[in-house]
Parts: sequence; structure tokens; C-alpha cells
Amino acid sequence: MTKILIDGTEVDVPADYTLLQACEVAGAEIPRFCFHERLSIAGNCRMCLVELKGAPKPVASCAYAVKDCRPGPNGEPPEVLTRSGTTKKAREGVMEFLLINHPLDCPICDQGGHCDLQDQAMAYGVDSTRYQENKRAVEEKYIGPLVRTAMNRCIHCTRCVRFLAEVAGVPDLGAIGRGEDMEITSYLEQAMGSELQGNVADLCPVGALVHKPQSYNVRPWELHKTESVDVMDAVGSAIRVDARGREVMQIEPRISEEINEEWISDKTRHVVDGLRLQRLDRPFLRENGRLRPASWGEAFAAIAAKLKGTDPKRVGALVGDLAGVEEIFALKALMGSLGVTNLDARQTGEALDPAWGRAAYTLGATIPGIEQADAILIVGANPRTEASLLNVRIRKRWRMAPVSIGLILDEQPDLTYPYTYLGAGTDTLASIAKGEHSFLDVLKTAERPLVIVGEGGLGALAAAAALAQDVGAVTDGWNGFGVLNTAAARVGALDLGFVPGEGGLTFSQMLEPGALDVVFNLGADERVIGPGAFVIYQGTHGDAGASRADVILPGAAYTEKSATYVNLEGRVQMANRASFPPGDAREDWAILRALSDVLGKRLPYDSLAALRKALYADYPHLAAVGQVEPSDAAAALATLAGLPGDTAKSAFSSPVADFYLTNPIARASRVLAECSGLARGRALEAAE
Amino acid sequence: MLSDQDRIFTNLYGLHSPGLEAAKKRGAWDGTKFLLEMGRDWIIDEMKGSGLRGRGGAGFPTGLKWSFMPKKSDGRPHYLVVNADESEPGTCKDREIMRHDPHLLIEGCMLASFAMGAHACYIYIRGEYVAEKFALQRAVDEAYEARLVGPSNIHDYPFDIYVHHGAGAYICGEETALIESLEGKKGMPRLKPPFPANMGLYGCPTTVNNVESIAVAGTILRRGGAWFAGLGGKNNTGTKLFCVSGHVNKPCNVEEELGITFRELIDKHCGGMRGGWDNLLCSIPGGSSVPLVPAEQIIDAKMDFDTLRNLGSGLGTAAVIVLDKSTDIVGAIARISYFYKHESCGQCTPCREGTGWMWRVLTRMAAGRAQKREIDMLLEVTKQVEGHTICALGDAAAWPIQGLIRHFRPEIEKRIDQYSANPHMDAVPMAAE
Repeated sequence: MTKILIDGTEVDVPADYTLLQACEVAGAEIPRFCFHERLSIAGNCRMCLVELKGAPKPVASCAYAVKDCRPGPNGEPPEVLTRSGTTKKAREGVMEFLLINHPLDCPICDQGGHCDLQDQAMAYGVDSTRYQENKRAVEEKYIGPLVRTAMNRCIHCTRCVRFLAEVAGVPDLGAIGRGEDMEITSYLEQAMGSELQGNVADLCPVGALVHKPQSYNVRPWELHKTESVDVMDAVGSAIRVDARGREVMQIEPRISEEINEEWISDKTRHVVDGLRLQRLDRPFLRENGRLRPASWGEAFAAIAAKLKGTDPKRVGALVGDLAGVEEIFALKALMGSLGVTNLDARQTGEALDPAWGRAAYTLGATIPGIEQADAILIVGANPRTEASLLNVRIRKRWRMAPVSIGLILDEQPDLTYPYTYLGAGTDTLASIAKGEHSFLDVLKTAERPLVIVGEGGLGALAAAAALAQDVGAVTDGWNGFGVLNTAAARVGALDLGFVPGEGGLTFSQMLEPGALDVVFNLGADERVIGPGAFVIYQGTHGDAGASRADVILPGAAYTEKSATYVNLEGRVQMANRASFPPGDAREDWAILRALSDVLGKRLPYDSLAALRKALYADYPHLAAVGQVEPSDAAAALATLAGLPGDTAKSAFSSPVADFYLTNPIARASRVLAECSGLARGRALEAAE
Repeated sequence: MLSDQDRIFTNLYGLHSPGLEAAKKRGAWDGTKFLLEMGRDWIIDEMKGSGLRGRGGAGFPTGLKWSFMPKKSDGRPHYLVVNADESEPGTCKDREIMRHDPHLLIEGCMLASFAMGAHACYIYIRGEYVAEKFALQRAVDEAYEARLVGPSNIHDYPFDIYVHHGAGAYICGEETALIESLEGKKGMPRLKPPFPANMGLYGCPTTVNNVESIAVAGTILRRGGAWFAGLGGKNNTGTKLFCVSGHVNKPCNVEEELGITFRELIDKHCGGMRGGWDNLLCSIPGGSSVPLVPAEQIIDAKMDFDTLRNLGSGLGTAAVIVLDKSTDIVGAIARISYFYKHESCGQCTPCREGTGWMWRVLTRMAAGRAQKREIDMLLEVTKQVEGHTICALGDAAAWPIQGLIRHFRPEIEKRIDQYSANPHMDAVPMAAE
């Protein structure tokens, strides 16, 4: 710890702190543009200049370390002045330079209202300009479908360049030209090839990079902001849903050190128009082969009539990828009261079984825990498409210090960090386990090896668990074995035990033609139910599930209800309502409660609070929002390793074929469809 | 005036061959092994004793700079980088060394690298110096062939030397930008600290020296630091290559003692002032980046670091630009200003935005199309740039303008008056820049 005087206040800070951090400890605010906590230090905007006693000129506080300050002549602590005349003059000078070539188009700029330059100009700017020359004009660039550029406004802080190079791991943006002709662009104006590119617009301190899909549509002060969680993948990124009136206008990341830091993927961010399009806004009934709008009463009556004469053994319930814990709980209770045992929520990953313990279907190491791992084996997953933010953590871990990463998958994707490609499938896993491959030694010598099994590799779950046990992946204080789920609803459903009961059919078996007479489908759109069954579809979008349905019950999307989700770590999180479901659509638990009344099996809760009370009584760990319930990893691993292995040779393939179109909301989005097309084009180009 | 036996660069004008044999006859590579055997500390002490100040412009004591390198390697290699990116307008001294006396430079590289524990040296040569690159490379090849340098050489100190050809950017003469460029990145200066002596080329301890500073090292060590310190004045010792250009009768490069007066320099070596001494308007004594000094102050001034600093200017690279009374002084400084606008790397705000602003205002002033209040505004803008940037290019862009305003404000005002006295019916069209 080093003592340093900030504006006369003595603070004691670690020597490797920068002056900017020391000033923040002392409570002195330092303006900045180029500096960002999670990016490397560029020191180029010069806004954070402070006066350092004894230094010949003001120093950039973001880049100057406390340990580099010289003590006074008699050993006094170094003194920093953040409010002195020199400091003020330096900042005002820099602000003037930033503004001379900045267009004063705040009224038509989307950044207006949340613009760093605007805010800081209030503090350090002057009211009139002394610059009589022509302003610089810079051509606008095409850098992709998600980010609009207005390069006249650029202040060359290079945050976007640094983000893409460091966090996203793609070298797509850079600065060309020099001096005042310096311009930020991508190579030959190609679209940025990152699934995290939307974040550059968040990072941009001015309006040079703004979100293209919602450009000219929103002003920050007219939005109602709701903190929530994302359901596009199982990571459960912390998001803020901004709505204007009843309409969700944009989704922005929230800071969450445990999960997404402050980034979100493009799918999370730009699914917004999907929330608006293709919505199911009233119940439908199929008559003479065609769906017709119906009232809630008609729909419920049709269901009751159908269920009345049906044997519970011929009834099944499916849960899709986006369902919240509450509606799964209500559905399970309803089906239980009907005597139905054909329950399944595992649209992908049928090999998982909650009976083995929670550690057998979650990533117990947790996302921040990845940073502690010193060797990583990925079995049957492409983390970049299945869980982008988790991939960002792996990349962050790799950037901290190179780490051995092995991948077993039937393709060799660009994961943004180098990895050892070990092989395609079960054979490779077996040969590693036998020690025929040197990666076994890497895992064995590592203190904290991490084995991640993706849904593509669940066929070899037992073998992977045996390997993990062999290399000592689970020890006291380190849980280095985990499953990478891809669906937001999955872990929650497994927590509730929404899997086939005694003699019940599994997901795939229920899809078989003629397997069941009545299927209740709670938002499962990715797999098609075979002919023969009467399908009740409860969901939000007119997607595959709805077109196969005989009765459609319109539900609420994740931004329209308060619902609990459990992410792939097993962390319980709460999504909050930012707007209301469209038309006659209702919150899902309430639909099930109303249906239960019609079926004469009334569920014993009249409000969400009452439902949650019952839920927490049965599953106390779900009450701990934000927490990961610790589980007995060693026991789960032993159980898994002891399972009879699937000996069939097979290759592992990732369940996510198209990153942008994994769920009905995303498939309804025009923006994501465009992204998907671009990504496909890139993949084709790369293949040539 | 410097006597011939005290000259270091005895082939400055290329009257003899630059080849190894001829260079050896002139004294290069003489007793290099003996000098190396005297040890690192002796070399650094001699260099400190010689009082040699860096010849690249800033005038930092060379021996002291060498002593900043870690005494023991922590596992990382050490590097010497020679800055041959001589781009300062008016300066052409390193060019002559590389053309005609390259072996002095190569020998200096060996000695300096030995003194700093470096086994590799990079010479970063300016992009426009194509002939010089070939000349230097030829000399390096000769030295390799004669086993003077190389992994196993007659000096028993493994040492490799690489000539790297830049792409012709002024900013790459800044030491950290040069390192970036050498690493293959965009030539943009780094933030300091950490200084290159701790974290330089490829993150390893590195010293960056000017060609002339390195090239004189061999002779200084052979003749002793005391000999060098005996030349010139206190704190401004030794000999220096002066590059005199501008309105003199015979512009030239000449090696002279530091502390020679301006008048003597011009009269003795340049055939006098064009049109006589009364015709002298001012001089820019240290390359384009230092403020100009008007005639009455410069004419009998000693040409050394401290005297010129006290005149509000600097010795810089000792590129003496002489301007007579026919000069459009405002236009001349505007042209210099354009140079800095063109060469700014664009990394940090004050320089990126300020250089263009200063150039535009000054261009208008050169034609008189300005307001008198803008003179003070311009001065203030130069102060806003100076000292607020990552590297010294911001300062270099600001100083010539400050010098102009300090000494020639009446001239600017006269232009403005003349312009406003003549009615200009049409606004002067300006292209959108």
C-alpha cells in the first residue's frame, strides 16, 4: 500500500493502482473517454489529465501508476491535484479540441441524453466556439447490420477497436490514416464478424457508433427501464429492458461480474423486434384443419373436452427452452393432479437426469470460476455459439495467461482463442482416458482442470465424468466438471424434476407418431410432434409449435412476466416484467391456473406470490435469487462415472446450428435473420 | 574552430571510400577488442565523463541513458535500437554518417550494445533513405564478413546487427513509436512510464539512441572521455555535426565544436550570409521544431544546448535554418505547421485536432485573412497542445508558432492590416477540407 495525497486528502492505495483509481478512492471524479475498466489502457483522449506535483506537465491519470510517482523532497507522499488551475485548463483545452471537429448535431443524434461527450461538455466545455475553420467531414462506414456509423462524431478513443481485439477476439476494426485523417473502419468496410459487435455501440462514448436497428426510434429519457435476465441462452446475462409504453424498445447489458461483466451477445440485444413480430395475441382453435381465433373460454372448453375421455397414460407434457420455473411448476402440478407421468423438458440433452444430483447437470465451476482453471477440456460443445459470454470468459482466462484448452467436436470452429483440437467424438475421449493422448497429462498436471461437457457430448457423459474423476477435476474447493446447457429453461426444469415419471415417455418418445393422444406443449418449438396427437400449444410466437397445434394458448414472453430462470451454473435469477403481453395473451402461470379450474383440478394458488410460496416450500434453493446452491459435486461425479457408458462410436456435434436463430423469438426477428444470413455468407466464404 | 585532428567524422564529405579498409585506415575498428575488455562500467563511465549529450534533439546525457539499463538481465534480452529515422526538417547529419562513415556507426553499435548487455541491435532507418539503407547494409555485410560482428566474431562478444527500413513517417523518429513500428505495429508513441529501459522492444529493456550519439562513441572511448569533454564548453561538450541550410552562400554539413558562435559558423563554413549580415532575419537553430530566434539575438550566440535554451529556443539536432529578409516568415512557419499537421499520428486529442487548427489559422494569417484577436487565440491554442500530448510532437508543433508570435507579432498584424485595407469584394473560396 502506498500513501498518496489527492486534493489534500491522503489515501492509502495499492502501488499498482493508477492515479485514476486512486482519485476514485479519494472520491475525486476524473472525466475520461478512452479509459474503460475492462479494456486495455490507451491514454489517448487526454481528458483525464491531472496535475502531479513535481511533474513537468500534467499526466494522464488513467495510465500513470501510483508507484511511478516520486515522493516529495522530504519523503512526503506524492500529491495529485484534480481541481487545480492547471488541471482545469488542461481538461478544458482537451474538451475544446474534441469539440472543434465534432458536429453539433445532438438533436438528431441517437446518443443524445446518454452521451459522455455531452455530459462532460456541460462540465468542461465553453459556451461558444473559437474555431472558425471548416469542420472535418468523414465518410460513414458500413461495419455491419447492427451498428450504424456517423463518423463525423468520432473522437478516436479506440474503445471499439480495443473491445473487438481484446474481448471479442476478432481483428475486424482498426484505425486507418493518421493525424486528423485518422478513421475507424473495418477492412474494406466488411461487416464485423463477431457475435458481440453490438457492444461497440454501447462502448462508444459519443454517437459515432449507434445501434442500427433502433436508430432514430428511442430517446433515453422516454424509456421505462426494467432490470431483468436474458433467456436467449442458458448463461442468463444480466440485462436491462427498456420499454416505451407497452413496447420494448431496446435491451442493454447490466453489469454483473458473475455472469456477463458488461457485455451481451447480439442475439440478446437485438431480439427486440422479435418480441413484436409473429406474436400470438389471442387463443386459436383448429377447425377443419385451419386455425381460427377463439376466446379463452372456447379454448379451455376444447381442451377439457379432449382430456375428459383420455387415459392419463396417453397424455404428455413438453416444456420448451424459454419457460420460467413458475409455469413449469404449475404445469407439473397440473399434470400430477391429472395423473400424467409423460413429462419432459429436455428438448436437447435427454441424457441428463436430475436424480444424479444437481452437479451432474450444471456448471459447478461457475462462470467466474473459469478464470481459475488452468486446463480446460471442452467435450461436444462450441461455446462461442452455445454460450457466447461463457466463451468470453474462457478467452479472458486465456488472455490472463495462456492456458491449455482442448476441444472434442466434429468441427473446428473459431473460438477466438487457440485450442488443441483433439478429435471428433467418443473415440478421442476414450483414447485420452487411456493416456494415448498427451492432453491427459495436461489435465493431470493441472491443479484446477475444468471439463465442460456440452449437449453434443452428453452421449459420452459417463466417459467424460470418469475422465474428470481420473484427472482430479473435483477436489475440495474446486468443482471442475460441468455441463454446458443451451436453454434458459433447462436447469430450472431439471431442478423441478420435470422429467418422465415412472413408466413415463421421454421427449423423443412423446414425439413419435401415435405415441400419445394429447400433448401439452409449453413452448417447445425446435422439435416437431409426430402426427396423431391432439396438441395444446402454449407459447408466444407463431412458430413451428403453433403451426402443429390444435389449440393455441397465447402466453407471455420473458420481458412480459416476472419469472424465475436458473442459468447453466445453477444460479437462480429473476426476470422482471417490462411490458404487458399483447392482446389477450396472459402470463403463463395464470393460464395454467385458469385451465386447471376448467379441468376441475384447481391449482392451490391465486397469485404469483402464492405460487412462489408453494414453489419455495418444495424447492427452497430457488428462493435464493442470485445464488448458486452448492451441491455435492464429488458424489455426482462418482454417480456419473459409474453409469454404464454408451459404447457406440459417435461424433459430437453442437446443438446450435445457427447462433442467431435458436428460439422462436429470435426466429421472428428480422434483424437476427439478417445477421444469420451474413454469418452464413461468411461461413460459405470461409469454406471456399 | 575545431582543429582537423579533433574531427571524428573524417570522411563526412565522402572524399574517401566508405568501405571497411578505408574506414580502418581512418581509425574505425581500431582496438575495439581492447575497449570491450575494459568492461561495461568503464565504457559507461567514460561516456559519462565525456559529457556527451544525445544528438537526436533532446540532449539527454548519453552515458546516463546507458546506465539506466538493468545491470543484470532478468532473463529478458536487452536491445539497442539506433534511431536513424532522421526526419526533422533541416537535418541531414545522420544521412552523411550512414553514407560515408557507416563503420563508425557499426562500431559504436557494438560498443554501446556491449555496455548495455545487448546482443542485438536494430538500426531503424528512415523510409526515404533508400541509398543510405544500401550503403549501411553494405557496411554491415562487410563487418559480418570480416567477423567484426556476428554470432561468433573476433571480439568474442556475440552480437547481431539488423538494418530495418521504415516506411517514412516522421513520428517513427519518436523512440516509442519507433519501437512500435519495429515490432510491426502502427507507429504510435507509447505511454511513458514504463520507459523503454524497462519495457521497450518486445517488452524487453531497450535503449534508443541517435545515429550520431552512437557513431561518436568509438572515437570517444579511443581518445578518452576527457578529450571529448575538453572540447566545447561546460555541460555542452564535444563536437557536433551542424547542418546549415537556408539563405547562406554555401549551405553545408560541418562538424564543429559546440559553443561556436552563429556568426563564426556561417562565416567560416558557409561562405557567409547571403547579402551580408544585415540581411539576416532570423534563424531556426535546431531543426524545424524549435522556436526561431531573431537576428539580433542569434547573431553572436553560442551554438550550444544551454545558450539556445536560454534564448527560448534549443539546439535540437543542430539543423541551423538561416532565413534572410526576403523570407515570408509567417508563410514559412505556416508551412512548418502543415508538416506537423501532416505527420501527427492521430493518437491523442490535442495533437490530432490542434495541429490542423493551428495550420489553418496560420495559413490565413500568412495571407492576412484573420483578426488580430486570433493571434492571442492561436498562442493559447499552442499552449493547449504543448505538454498535453503523449509524445513531444505536440510540443514540436507548438513551439515554432510560439516563436513566431513572440518575435514577429508586428509582422502578422501588418499583414492583417494590409489585407483589411484592401477591399476584397468576394469571399475567398475555401475548399472543404
